[in-house]
Amino acid sequence: MSLRILVGVKRVIDYAVKIRVKPDKSGVITEGVKHSMNPFDEIAIEEAVRMKEKKIAKEIVAFSCGPAQCQETLRTALAMGADRGIHVEVAGPQFDTLQPLHISKMLAQLAKDEQIDLIIVGKQAIDDDCNQTAQMTAALLDWPQATSASKIEAKDGSLQVVREIDGGLETIKVKLPTVVSADLRLNEPRYATLPNIMKAKKKPIKKLTPKDLGVDVSPRIEVVTVEEPPVRLAGAKVENVDMMVEKLKALGHA
Amino acid sequence: MPKLTDVGSRILFGPEQDSFRETVRKFFQKEITPHIQMWNERGYTDKEIWEKAGSCGMLGINIPAEHGGIGGSFADACIVMEEQGYASVNGPAFHLHSDIIMPYFSKYGSEEQKQKYIPDMTAGKKISAIAMTEPDAGSDLQGIKSFARKDGSDYILNGSKMFITNGWLADVVVVVAVTNKEAKSAAHGISLFLVDADTPGFKKSWLMKKIGMGASDTAGLFFEDVRLPASALLGEENKGFYYLMNELPQERLTIGVHACAHSEFMFEETKQYVMQRKAYGKTLSNLQTIQHKLAEMKTEICVARAFIDQCIALHEEQQLDAQMACMAKIWASELENKIAAQCLQLHGGAGYLYDTPIARAYLDARVQTIYGGSNEVLKDLIARQILAPARK
Repeated sequence: MSLRILVGVKRVIDYAVKIRVKPDKSGVITEGVKHSMNPFDEIAIEEAVRMKEKKIAKEIVAFSCGPAQCQETLRTALAMGADRGIHVEVAGPQFDTLQPLHISKMLAQLAKDEQIDLIIVGKQAIDDDCNQTAQMTAALLDWPQATSASKIEAKDGSLQVVREIDGGLETIKVKLPTVVSADLRLNEPRYATLPNIMKAKKKPIKKLTPKDLGVDVSPRIEVVTVEEPPVRLAGAKVENVDMMVEKLKALGHA
Repeated sequence: MPKLTDVGSRILFGPEQDSFRETVRKFFQKEITPHIQMWNERGYTDKEIWEKAGSCGMLGINIPAEHGGIGGSFADACIVMEEQGYASVNGPAFHLHSDIIMPYFSKYGSEEQKQKYIPDMTAGKKISAIAMTEPDAGSDLQGIKSFARKDGSDYILNGSKMFITNGWLADVVVVVAVTNKEAKSAAHGISLFLVDADTPGFKKSWLMKKIGMGASDTAGLFFEDVRLPASALLGEENKGFYYLMNELPQERLTIGVHACAHSEFMFEETKQYVMQRKAYGKTLSNLQTIQHKLAEMKTEICVARAFIDQCIALHEEQQLDAQMACMAKIWASELENKIAAQCLQLHGGAGYLYDTPIARAYLDARVQTIYGGSNEVLKDLIARQILAPARK
């Protein structure tokens, strides 16, 4: 097999950053905040690179949609081993209301334009936790889907994918072309080494607009308000089990 | 609020280097920090972490790719040293291996020695140490007693070495030994040997317990009738002292680079602490005496940073002279200790608890004015340069 793989990489606020809500509650503060590649997308890239190393894939195209800084995220993907990047620039208020459906439409169009055999995305992004892109992309393309993958094996023209499901694992076989979403245990992403970072500098990144892909990114939702999670209230101590049961009953929990 | 440790704040480094720094930072956070307490307590790390570092491209950065290194610049190598300071982890001694010892292999090694060692050193499969100090000779290198007697084409090495960093885990040790006792000065009779850990007669006899730098293993080594083939000689016989003199400026600069980064870490750590610690109903950072202390420390660190960055840039162009390297080491290591003492003071009782980051940083900082040529000996070297014309 020599697949052409398209991998979606999203630029998100770094997982270690403490998120703060804007004073006007219109969203979260992103200015001057450290961003990095969505951790599930790192896993997606890693899997694609491993497939290329095993000669299952011949080319890896990394895709990112968002403001100019997405180029940094794409560079990281290129340093990890992707061959080229595609950046669809969307910034400002349009970016704030961008939804998985928009991204799915872009991925679907790119899959056709670039003769893609396999799309791998993270199962969800750690900022909006949507978990929709893989599913909707598969639907738009009318391709099979294998979501929450924890193991992928290529077997004569199809993929055998182990999926993480509630309470266990499910093994399915999907025909190519297909869409896969990566779960946490699929692999451990590599560190980009200095020589690979230098090589990534020379790899091409194509810049497109949503229009180029025929995707309308006008808002489909309106953000009404964004609030901090409630602060955890102080608890109370009880002397023994009986008192605890009594207290729980009084609070209507038992 | 910008931090001294933020990525992308220095003119010396371009976007690719910043990207590499992100990688290195993540590496230390994920692979080193979780284990550091255990390593620090037992006095050594393990072979696995060296191999992990090697497979992630953290070792031998400034060694040419054609010799089996990564092929990066000295500034690239500084990124790893600095990130170790920022993570404030006192082991493993990657910089010693990569930026102090590997250059000896790369510059003075035979083709055979390069092929045998450098790729494995870059991969972290061979850990290296350099054995200069002895029970009766430290910064005064000319006083060493270890002796390699010629026996046919072989050498028979006898002697003992002290305070050898990486000595406990080392797979190969660069041993400094006398090869000509009759030389007109001791410096003319010193050679360097590559001694593999499994060579008969070589014993790692003592894991030394120190007040700081716990995760960086320090050992006492013994050599009893160790038979070495001619192929174990590094470079030419009796040229060892000159090789050492050539390489010591880089060793001193690396200490300065690390010391400056470590000072920045301690400052940021302390800034965070005084901003949340309450006293008299307000945070400590509300007190002017604290504010002025922070201002003083930041000023001193930034001034040191400017000099260190200048040294790095000069060294990239092979223009750093011995005295400037000494100045960098002296200034930054003394600053590091001063900052450590002041930051510990600002932490109050918490700073005196062994397991707080600042307490460990304080203990780790202490050795920096001692090793790599004690600061006193380095002052002699600078003074000699200053007075050189007058002596003619």
